[in-house]
Amino acid sequence: MKSLFEGLIGWIDARFPLMQLWNDHLAKYYAPKNFNFWYFFGSLALLVLVIQIITGIFLTMHYKPDAELAFASLEYIRRDVPLGWLIQYMHSTGASFFFIVVYLHMFRGIMYGSFKAPRELIWLLGMFLYMTLMAEAFMGYLLPWGNMSYWGAQVIVNLFSTIPWVGPDIAIWLRGDFAISDATLTRFFALHVSAIPLALLALVALHIMALHEVGSNNPDGIEIKEHKDADGKPLDGVPFHPYYTVKDIWGSVAFLFLFALVVFFAPEMGGYFLEPDNFTPANPLLTPEHIVPVWYFTPFYSVLRAIPDPQFGALAMLLSILVLFFLPWIDRNPVRSVRYRSLLYKINLGVFVVTFAALGYLGFNPPTPLYSELALRFSEWYFLFFIALWFFSRPRRNMERLLTLVVVLGLISLYDVVRVEPGHGMLVFLGWLMPAVFVAVMVFGSGIEKLGRDLPVPDRLTE
Amino acid sequence: MKRALFLSVLCLGSAGPAFAAVGAELPGYQVVVDLTNRASLQRGAKYFVNYCMGCHSLQYSRYSRIGEDLGLDMQMVADNLIFNGRRVSERMEISMSQDDAERWFGAKPPDLSMLARQKGATYIYQYLMTFYIDEDRPWGVNNWRFPFTTMPHVLWREQGLQRAEWEEVDNGNGSKPVITGLTLETPGLKTPEEYEQLVVDLTSFLVYVSEPARLTRESVGTWVLLFLLILGGFAYFLKREYWKDVH
Amino acid sequence: MPDDTVDVGRRRFLTGSTALVGGTGAAVAMWPFIASMAPSARARTAGAPIEVDIGQMEWGQKIDLIWRKQPIWIIRRTPEMVAALEAEAGYLRDPHSEQDQQPEFARNSHRSLNPEFLVLVGICTHLGCNPTYRPDAAPEDLGPEWQGGFFCACHGSRFDLSGRVYDHVPANANLRVPPYRFVSDTRILIGEMPEDAPA
Repeated sequence: MKSLFEGLIGWIDARFPLMQLWNDHLAKYYAPKNFNFWYFFGSLALLVLVIQIITGIFLTMHYKPDAELAFASLEYIRRDVPLGWLIQYMHSTGASFFFIVVYLHMFRGIMYGSFKAPRELIWLLGMFLYMTLMAEAFMGYLLPWGNMSYWGAQVIVNLFSTIPWVGPDIAIWLRGDFAISDATLTRFFALHVSAIPLALLALVALHIMALHEVGSNNPDGIEIKEHKDADGKPLDGVPFHPYYTVKDIWGSVAFLFLFALVVFFAPEMGGYFLEPDNFTPANPLLTPEHIVPVWYFTPFYSVLRAIPDPQFGALAMLLSILVLFFLPWIDRNPVRSVRYRSLLYKINLGVFVVTFAALGYLGFNPPTPLYSELALRFSEWYFLFFIALWFFSRPRRNMERLLTLVVVLGLISLYDVVRVEPGHGMLVFLGWLMPAVFVAVMVFGSGIEKLGRDLPVPDRLTE
Repeated sequence: MKRALFLSVLCLGSAGPAFAAVGAELPGYQVVVDLTNRASLQRGAKYFVNYCMGCHSLQYSRYSRIGEDLGLDMQMVADNLIFNGRRVSERMEISMSQDDAERWFGAKPPDLSMLARQKGATYIYQYLMTFYIDEDRPWGVNNWRFPFTTMPHVLWREQGLQRAEWEEVDNGNGSKPVITGLTLETPGLKTPEEYEQLVVDLTSFLVYVSEPARLTRESVGTWVLLFLLILGGFAYFLKREYWKDVH
Repeated sequence: MPDDTVDVGRRRFLTGSTALVGGTGAAVAMWPFIASMAPSARARTAGAPIEVDIGQMEWGQKIDLIWRKQPIWIIRRTPEMVAALEAEAGYLRDPHSEQDQQPEFARNSHRSLNPEFLVLVGICTHLGCNPTYRPDAAPEDLGPEWQGGFFCACHGSRFDLSGRVYDHVPANANLRVPPYRFVSDTRILIGEMPEDAPA
């Protein structure tokens, strides 16, 4: 029995580098031994991708990409197709879980400095993956042809019409019509089920190849390759298989438990995963009372709305995503992990988490004057996070401190002076305190030993 | 099982974040939907075909599916639920034409198969509970939950007619009359308690019909979770066994 | 890395049992996907029995229906046609309908409930074409032996006026008879067995 199996492997190996692939990526790929909770999300993202592809294929067997039939075909899947509801809920829940997992995965990368040299390409490929995933999710969201699908797509495609000069024509070209219509639905379907998934798979392969070339980072942010034993194996590493395969299996089962909890007991997730207004068919004559994107887009949607001018709003939103691409060149501090960064860095990171969540919350709610002001201030905090990262790249002289303070606060104040309207002065001033306090703490704090200095990085992993 | 269903009722009670209905929710009227109460769902189905289906279809639902889910045999479905000569396996469509509908009501009465998922159980319950007399409206009634509704009070014989109590309330831009409550002016065939039960039955039925899979998905889910717990146990001990080498 | 303290038996047991439980789960998880490919409630509705009025049919007339997306033929045979069936037996592959191609009630030479009305699924048992109804005897194209029946132009299969297949043609089974019953003398319900038939 054993020899038969080995014979088969030998036969394949003579024709295909099977064992080499197995060894390079699993059995002899050495990963740091101190991966913690945050390191589950890479493999979980892969698991969700597989779930989405399989459920997607089976949904395609019953779905009709036709404006007349699409909405009814979804109800057909949920009611008439045997266990179709299960497949459909897995797919819709999978979309949201994909973003949960990817956001946590990205946060891990930021927190432990995994984007820093020599891993910039992994980060860049990951960012391309993230943007491709956003396109995939956005186009998929139109397919149920519910009223929220329709108006969400209408609003997002209209963003393209803010591009100077050619914008309106681009928007029409994207839709293939003068409004979202059957033509748009059909092309979004084609892209959602074929082109973009192929791009996702290719990018995933590149992302993993780049990772396995340089090796994984870890919560200490220390290179394990610098300390090897006599055989050339990293002293602080363990082979991915079996150690991380068994660990990831355990993580996957825990994940599937949470996933099943939502799929079977709360597929609508209180209206956040499946929105109430999407249970009524697309109606070009009736906009839902307030249009909101699905939760995973709301932080960026908040940035968009924070600036009333549509062109600058769209630009700000685009920047809020693009800035992430440049992270490896913004944060030049040689210390990778949050563990050995200064207290101010930790505060900055914490504020960023709060900011992202707050922007998400604000994006989900109607823009009252107070909420609009808050959205603007949190958007400023969002960008200030990156400015602070840049500022902490190396010890700063007093002149640099002063210059940063003046330039950043000057720009923010200038915008406030330009936009302030009578009667809102108090609100704007109170709001102004948010970025002002933040910048002041970051700039002046960096001069204080206890707040501003990074900690010594140990030579070997600490656990 | 019980807990799972309870959980789902909670999810339902808390309305989604985006609620696109005109008018505001009325805190005084609350409903608890119990999808395990088969008798209530059966009554709801019967009320629906009797009172609502003259104008409102359930175009995504099949008679036979309702029969299977609510424990009625096909003969009972044919005898009690079908009045327009359709077959039991057909969808619950109606034959009112667009023109007639517009002439009578100004707009085609919407299909209701997805109403509960779009607007929630509370909305349906409050809407059916709060018709009141308003001689200025075409049908002589208005609605507290959904002001200026174009639907007549189809259930007025059962409920009777309510009159609204108004109060002038200053909202900062001058005073405006606001409804503070409804009182029964002309009693109907049913007592208020019986009428409320009717509305609860109808609401429950519409919640069920908006997602028939719900009757089974929670029990399937319980088994899936149980299985994952067992698998998780094995996976955890396997992981711990291997990681002994490292720690 | 594994040292002397490793309990190989325990490790093997845990690996095996996790694989077994996980594999079972994966197998069961395939079920919804397999099930979703079976006919849906809509397809099954379209497959419900259909009722046909045969009161107006003329002698020798054939009417075509669709039931479960398949062609169904009803032919009103003349007494002469029925009488001629016995004589063909010698040339047929399965004259007594021994293969399971019909409900029990049609296991006779006229393959029907009532000899006058023949009900068939109009799909050739060779490769699924629709045979043509050719009641005319000895036409030019089919030769002098032709006594009337069904001819499949795809590969030349021949069937008699009961849908029984001739010897030495590509098809090797008689045309199928669907379940049906008479609701009244003039109405047939396709898709349901007679009430007295064994289930």
